[in-house]
Amino acid sequence: MAETEASAGPVASAREAAPPRRSAGRSWTRWLVVAIPYAWLLVFFLAPFVIILKISLSDYALAMPPYTPVIDSLSSLIEAFSEFDLENYWFLLSDSLYIQSYLSSLRIAFVSTVLLLIVGYPIAYGMARAPKSLRPMLVMLVILPFWTSFLIRVYAWIGILKPEGLLTVFLQAIGVYGPEDQVRVFNTETAVFIGIVYSYLPFMVLPLYAALEKLDETLLEAASDLGCPPLKAFWMITFPLSIPGVIAGSFLCFIPIVGEFVIPDLLGGSSTLMIGKTLWSEFFSNRDWPLSSAVAVVLLMILVVPIVLFQNYQKKV
Amino acid sequence: MSRSFSWFNLTSLVVGFAFLYIPILLLVIFSFNESQLVTVWGGFSTKWYVEMLNNEGLMDAAWVTVRVGILSATIATVLGTLAALTLDRYRRFIGRTAFSAMVYAPLVMPEVITGLSLLLLFVSINFDRGFWTVTFAHVTLTMCFVAVVVQSRLVTFDRSLEEAALDLGCPPVKTFFAVTLPLILPAVVAGWMLAFTLSLDDLVIASFNTGPGATTLPIKIYSQVRLGVTPEINAVCTILIAIVAVGVVVASVATRHSQIERDKAERAAAGA
Repeated sequence: MAETEASAGPVASAREAAPPRRSAGRSWTRWLVVAIPYAWLLVFFLAPFVIILKISLSDYALAMPPYTPVIDSLSSLIEAFSEFDLENYWFLLSDSLYIQSYLSSLRIAFVSTVLLLIVGYPIAYGMARAPKSLRPMLVMLVILPFWTSFLIRVYAWIGILKPEGLLTVFLQAIGVYGPEDQVRVFNTETAVFIGIVYSYLPFMVLPLYAALEKLDETLLEAASDLGCPPLKAFWMITFPLSIPGVIAGSFLCFIPIVGEFVIPDLLGGSSTLMIGKTLWSEFFSNRDWPLSSAVAVVLLMILVVPIVLFQNYQKKV
Repeated sequence: MSRSFSWFNLTSLVVGFAFLYIPILLLVIFSFNESQLVTVWGGFSTKWYVEMLNNEGLMDAAWVTVRVGILSATIATVLGTLAALTLDRYRRFIGRTAFSAMVYAPLVMPEVITGLSLLLLFVSINFDRGFWTVTFAHVTLTMCFVAVVVQSRLVTFDRSLEEAALDLGCPPVKTFFAVTLPLILPAVVAGWMLAFTLSLDDLVIASFNTGPGATTLPIKIYSQVRLGVTPEINAVCTILIAIVAVGVVVASVATRHSQIERDKAERAAAGA
């Protein structure tokens, strides 16, 4: 160890002497390293948002693609500005379906995040307190379901929650339910919550575990030596110190859940209103591209707040 | 105190992992069910696997999915690694904030938005929808995950090794391939695998950007699931789970192995 530290000296001094030669040799590769991913993201990530904004301002037309182009060429650009209208946005405001979808998505995402915290915290806590040698395996066990398909995991719950599904069979077998009773969870919001908590659990557990694992256990020992009961010690020491994990996990779950489509569609049935589902049916069933673009733009504007908060938070940590 | 706590811990771990694994386990078990009914056990049988293999639509979709996955994961790994290098090495360049925002945003962006906006891009430049649009869409989604995985490795990277090579006159590109890449390789491989499984999984973005002849497995599964649960789908899901499980276990063993090798090499270097 001492030798490696000592050898850092001459390297550091050489580094100071070398810059002119190296920066000259490096400049074009450096430029490429930045430019290639940058260009890709500009074309495939930023440009689509400009286009989605543009199309949300255009009118629906029975054509392929089903909208009237707002800008045909650069020369008509100024003229085109007069064609922009907020018709689609007014429609979103006037039809209560959309406002209800947004509100219901936010509510479901909020409740799910709280449920995820309640379910995820004890698991993360148990992992962090497990013997050190077991921890890598436990982390892998949490990650493993995350690697298997989202769709498959949601599908697995259909077989369980269906009225004639495995949960009913199980409850009938142990005698809780009579032969005629069935579990009435499928196609309700409860099923959506179960599906979301199940699918997003790793996103909540891992940040919580990362925060809890760093916790200095001597703090708890000190508290208990001074006569602090375990539960009080938890609320005064463990929980406050795990706040970074709570915040990271909550953001990681809340933001994508708001736009979730697969879970409400497969488990929630027609009774569950979520904006991802509304957008999907607006696009695939009604084929109204401008309106679904407007739905997406508004959803994005709602989510920009938590996304920016999250990015700023990540930068601070 | 510690005894009561460990009881609590053990219970929460057992209940938590049961919650995570029982649904998947049931899915796998019922793929070997003789009966057509998914919830009634009719004896052990592998007939649904035979049925699945004879289902041409399903097999075509699987082949499309594998090709999209390999291609998009490979492109995404190159782009994501470059993005990670950019974020780690170049602290100042014009538009750096915009760049890092674009790298991190797709991680949490709802898939319906990414899918729809990419589709509108392809339509507005008159690019025919199909295999390539799905592939490009998946590259855009997954390169960000690769960038995060590789960047977390670069943070702990010992820069002096690179500087030594450069000081000894090794050109930057060669330095990257001879020194940097081998050291960050486990993260790059992990990034590739993550990109591949994400591509294998994706339903929403693929649905928006697919076209004739580019039906991926999730799209196929989704359309069948809407019609009801069948043991055949259980069989397909079981195969996918098995592939992923084997991949993850192999990868984690490989990373541990390379970690041990690296520690050994570092100890040897320190000793010498």
